[in-house]
Amino acid sequence: MATEDVKLIGSWASVYVMRARIALHLKSISYEFLQETFGSKSELLLKSNPVHKKMPVLIHADKPVCESNIIVQYIDEAWNSSGPSILPSHPYDRAIARFWAAYIDDQWFISLRSILTAQGEEEKKAAIAQVEERTELLEKAFNDCSKGKPFFNGDHIGYLDIALGSFLGWWRVVELDANHKFLDETKTPSLAKWAERFCDDPTVKPIMPEITKLAEFARKLFPKPQA
Amino acid sequence: MTEKEESVKLLGFWASPFSRRVEMALKLKGVPYEYLEEDLPNKTPLLLELNPLHKKVPVLVHNDKILLESHLILEYIDQIWKKNPILPQDPYEKAMARFWAKFIDEQILTLGFRSLVKAEKGREVAIEETREMLMFLEKEVTGKDFFGGKTIGFLDMIAGSMIPFCLARLWEGMGIDMIPGEKFPELNRWIKTLEEVEAVRGCIPPRDKQIERMTKIAETIRSA
Repeated sequence: MATEDVKLIGSWASVYVMRARIALHLKSISYEFLQETFGSKSELLLKSNPVHKKMPVLIHADKPVCESNIIVQYIDEAWNSSGPSILPSHPYDRAIARFWAAYIDDQWFISLRSILTAQGEEEKKAAIAQVEERTELLEKAFNDCSKGKPFFNGDHIGYLDIALGSFLGWWRVVELDANHKFLDETKTPSLAKWAERFCDDPTVKPIMPEITKLAEFARKLFPKPQA
Repeated sequence: MTEKEESVKLLGFWASPFSRRVEMALKLKGVPYEYLEEDLPNKTPLLLELNPLHKKVPVLVHNDKILLESHLILEYIDQIWKKNPILPQDPYEKAMARFWAKFIDEQILTLGFRSLVKAEKGREVAIEETREMLMFLEKEVTGKDFFGGKTIGFLDMIAGSMIPFCLARLWEGMGIDMIPGEKFPELNRWIKTLEEVEAVRGCIPPRDKQIERMTKIAETIRSA
């Protein structure tokens, strides 16, 4: 298959954009990365995603695909003859992977985010406790899905690895901000090892944002209230 | 291919668009199943055992496998039972179906239900905002019999169970004509076409009962 016209609208700091990039790397697809400027939305973005006006947007042969998880699935299906499979092959395993990916976005991330937006110590403590609880579920999900292999998807990175792994940079920023470790060898032994593996993977390493740069960006997005 | 001993159970609720759409798919594909009605809000021990995390319907049990989340269940059903496919084959068309499905259950549901009932910026604004979102769907179904094309598909089941057979009952109860024929000719045409499909007909909650229920839920939201 010839290298078709593939563009990705996104930004270096976005978790959701990272998902699309990892999927493209897994399939060895060359693409043009069109970075948005923070604080404004390009004409192309508004035109390609009129419904949500958000990134990422994958534009393949002039056809836009929106929503990070949908983009990842699209990449897997459109380029199904190249690279490893991103989604599991069995319909049940696929449903499980998608279930946990939805949980990560709809529940787990909401509690992670509320640590950054928490007003006062009490709220912060409650948010931290909730993330601990939800992360425990993900630790169990990892053990169930991986079946002893290195990734949620088995031997190599897949859909669910991408769904959670794309958060690792921000997760570290939140840990530093809250002065609390979520991923560690005693509480979450499987996830802690998986996180290292994920970040070291050649499809991920070049695009995982630098933590200090991300922390600085976080301070812009989530300014602390003036004392 | 031999017919194995298959066991399919569906835990659902008469008023839930999420379980109704699963029934549509099972009926369309001619899959025999045992239906277990939950008496919500009283959740059965079975529901709590099968879906301890979310405690919600629908739950599909296929032999020993437990499937949750209506969109995922629909995709699973489509992959296991090949008759009358409901998802497009083309990856781009599939991505679009998934995109609009998410849009319906998130944007349309939020604006057309909670935001409308609370009407923080006033009722007219809430109606306008909902209609703006519905206009996207009007465009999507233009020139097609169904969202799925010539035959009913995944997106028709999601949109159908949510909009005409659920949200529209709320709108009726509130005295709102949300999708008038002159503004939404395609959606109205689509609703009529949908109601003629056999697999759909048996999955429409009784109109008056649904209006009563949606109105009650609206009152709860308003007074919260």
